Amino acid sequence: MIRPFTFAAGCLAASMAVADTPVLTVYAPDYFVSEWGPGPKIEELFEAECACDLQFKPGDLLPRILLEGSRTEADVVIGLNTDVTKKARESGLFAPHGQGLDGLTLPLDWTDDTFLPFNYGHTAFIYDTTRIDTPPASFADLLTAPEDLRLVIQDPRSSISGLALVLWVKAVFGDEAEQAWSALAPKIVTVTRGWSESYGLFTDGEADMVLSYTTSPAYHIIAEGDETKKAAIFPEGHYFMVELAAKLAGTDQPELADDFLGFILSETFQSMIATGNWSIPAALPRDGWPEGFQKLDLPEKVLFYSEDEAAALREEAIEAWRRALSQ
Amino acid sequence: MAARAVAIIAAALLAALTFGPLAIVLAWAEGFQGLRAADWQALRFTLWQAVLSAGFSCLLAVPVARALARRRFWGRGALITLLGAPFILPVIVAVMGLLAVFGQSGVVNSLLRALGLGTVDIYGLHGVVIAHVFFNLPLAVRILLQGWLAIPEERFRLAASLGLRPLAMAMTLEWPLIRRVLPGAFAIIFVICLTSFAVALTLGGGPRATTVELAIYQAMRFDFDPGRAAMLAVIQLAVGIAAGVLALRLARAEGFGTGLDRAVPRHDGASQAARLWDAGWLVAASGFLLVPLVMVIWRGLPGLVALDAGTLRAAGHSLAIALGSTALCLAWALPLAGRRVAVVSLASIAISPLVLGTGLFLLLRPVVNPFDMALPVTTVVNALMALPFALRILAPEAEATRRDFARLRATLRLTGLAWVRFVWLPRLRRPMGFAAGLTAALAMGDLGVIALFADPDRATLPLQVYRLMGSYRMEDAAGAALLLMGLSLALFWAFDKGGRVRAAD
Repeated sequence: MIRPFTFAAGCLAASMAVADTPVLTVYAPDYFVSEWGPGPKIEELFEAECACDLQFKPGDLLPRILLEGSRTEADVVIGLNTDVTKKARESGLFAPHGQGLDGLTLPLDWTDDTFLPFNYGHTAFIYDTTRIDTPPASFADLLTAPEDLRLVIQDPRSSISGLALVLWVKAVFGDEAEQAWSALAPKIVTVTRGWSESYGLFTDGEADMVLSYTTSPAYHIIAEGDETKKAAIFPEGHYFMVELAAKLAGTDQPELADDFLGFILSETFQSMIATGNWSIPAALPRDGWPEGFQKLDLPEKVLFYSEDEAAALREEAIEAWRRALSQ
Repeated sequence: MAARAVAIIAAALLAALTFGPLAIVLAWAEGFQGLRAADWQALRFTLWQAVLSAGFSCLLAVPVARALARRRFWGRGALITLLGAPFILPVIVAVMGLLAVFGQSGVVNSLLRALGLGTVDIYGLHGVVIAHVFFNLPLAVRILLQGWLAIPEERFRLAASLGLRPLAMAMTLEWPLIRRVLPGAFAIIFVICLTSFAVALTLGGGPRATTVELAIYQAMRFDFDPGRAAMLAVIQLAVGIAAGVLALRLARAEGFGTGLDRAVPRHDGASQAARLWDAGWLVAASGFLLVPLVMVIWRGLPGLVALDAGTLRAAGHSLAIALGSTALCLAWALPLAGRRVAVVSLASIAISPLVLGTGLFLLLRPVVNPFDMALPVTTVVNALMALPFALRILAPEAEATRRDFARLRATLRLTGLAWVRFVWLPRLRRPMGFAAGLTAALAMGDLGVIALFADPDRATLPLQVYRLMGSYRMEDAAGAALLLMGLSLALFWAFDKGGRVRAAD
């Protein structure tokens, strides 16, 4: 019942003090603003220190910004993925974040001056220990696993995790990515439009393994006390998935936007985001993570293509996937 | 004539909303972009699955609708309402229900395994077609049933008194009806299946089952290539219009004359074999259409007890949108019913929701803040999306009324108002109830153009289901999905009931 109260309080505050409370408009993905997303908590924590009104506007991020162009009312965007940073950068609509990056605890070097990471994870196949005793020990093992192992994945043309999988396969198998897909094809039960549908199929018992994130088991551990969901860790490495925030160049609240970006890297935000967004904090050492996260199996090796590499590889990688799975 | 002017305004609005947004996106993109090889493959698959889906839906609907039309039994009205349910189910709920029946650990495979017969796999072209038949068989049945109910019972009496055998009776009375109604049903289902996206993908088993709508989604959301998206949307629209024109050519307009609207028992279905035949079809259709719904209820119950305030609020918003869309859709459809707008209205189903949303966004953006327009835009788009169905339902009765009562109107010199009040609306009451129920239920379950017109404080119930799933809360999502199904059905039932008060059942 927090939301109706804050909503009512917000209306009251807005009607009393329209003029002197600055508004920070933040575009965010839809899942962000739901009761179970990180949005409400972020709003509460930031408003406690900014003397401002943070307003989340949910929906498509980059398509929307590009449609609006320089007239966008967004001051900050949160929840971008690395697949769109190139397009976003080239639009010229975003400004440098100006934050020091020394506090980052990412498994790789991050030097981007425009897009600021706030949490991360890795692609991984999640399985249920009550149904699979010995998961594939490597990606190569997964390819040669018996054909009755049932996998669900997401479509790289409509889903960010699906795209990450295609790049993951490319990074592991290189020129033999298409053969790898051919080996996987008989095991792939179906391909869904988004992550939610796949994960639903997995929890309904339609599949033995689902393409998800290394952080997925944390939800089951923390929210359900269930330790039977695990990520199969592959020594070849896992593809790095990070979520980013950025400031709009045309913002009318540049200082507030800078404060918000600073807040994203603060301990207040970072210690909340793990259970708020079920991802690993981008600027918090492992001993600061919630206990359920410390229990996670995480890969030693992390694979990642820069936005230019990914842009160059993407079309052919998707085509290889499509050809192999259309056979 | 005032009625004519109203009709022209309604038709102009329909055309503007159907073609305008697409034109705006095209203008914004500064022209078309070329297609890729994968796009052509998607087009082929889209056409093929739509033909199969519409074909099977229509073929199977004939015996089912006939059985419903000529049998009277306890619970018939309730069964007719329930059999309509799959059509109004939100996609995500329906897919869950279908998988609970046909999936790996579903009812069918559990039975097969118990009998030692191995398992069947639903994923593939057949899965897509099964899902589309599940969605659209109810629509085909209802359209046919409306046609059957429009045959005056006196005709059957006359046929009986002339001693026509069942086959001859079917050829003289029922075949013309099928010829008249079925092509329209085929066209409308074909066009619905053209824009299929999530169903085709989830049950299609992979990129073999790529539809044009997915290619549009990819172009718009992932590649941000509005030119290619618009090009694909134009192709989709052209196919939809072609289907509409073809259907109109095939459908011969002929009525049965007027009757006294009395229920007279049919004489052609009295034999034991005919009874068994009808009963068999009804049982099979009920099983296919209703067991997945039962599974949705079964899986949703645990989550239903734990529904939170946010979900209930979302339900309230969805109800408001549904009622608004219904009022708007009826106000839009009534002046157009029976006029020559079938092709345009069919085209509006073939419009890609994504392109429609983007076009409206570009149109409204300079004038108002799209975030404030979320609910009105959703209401209008839902009314637009339901309009073709409302017209299809209203048109036969509206045409017949206009034709059959023209002499009465002339003789009595009825004024326009008296005509509408004493003849037009009472005659249209049954199809109006059906159309209103359908619109309300469709609007309840529609995600619409919400991606660009999202309102942070006013989520709709289908969006809430997605949000719950996106937050790992599968059980709560199942509960919310059950609530969504319940509300959609309740709305449909209430309106449909209101329209059927005079019906013999």
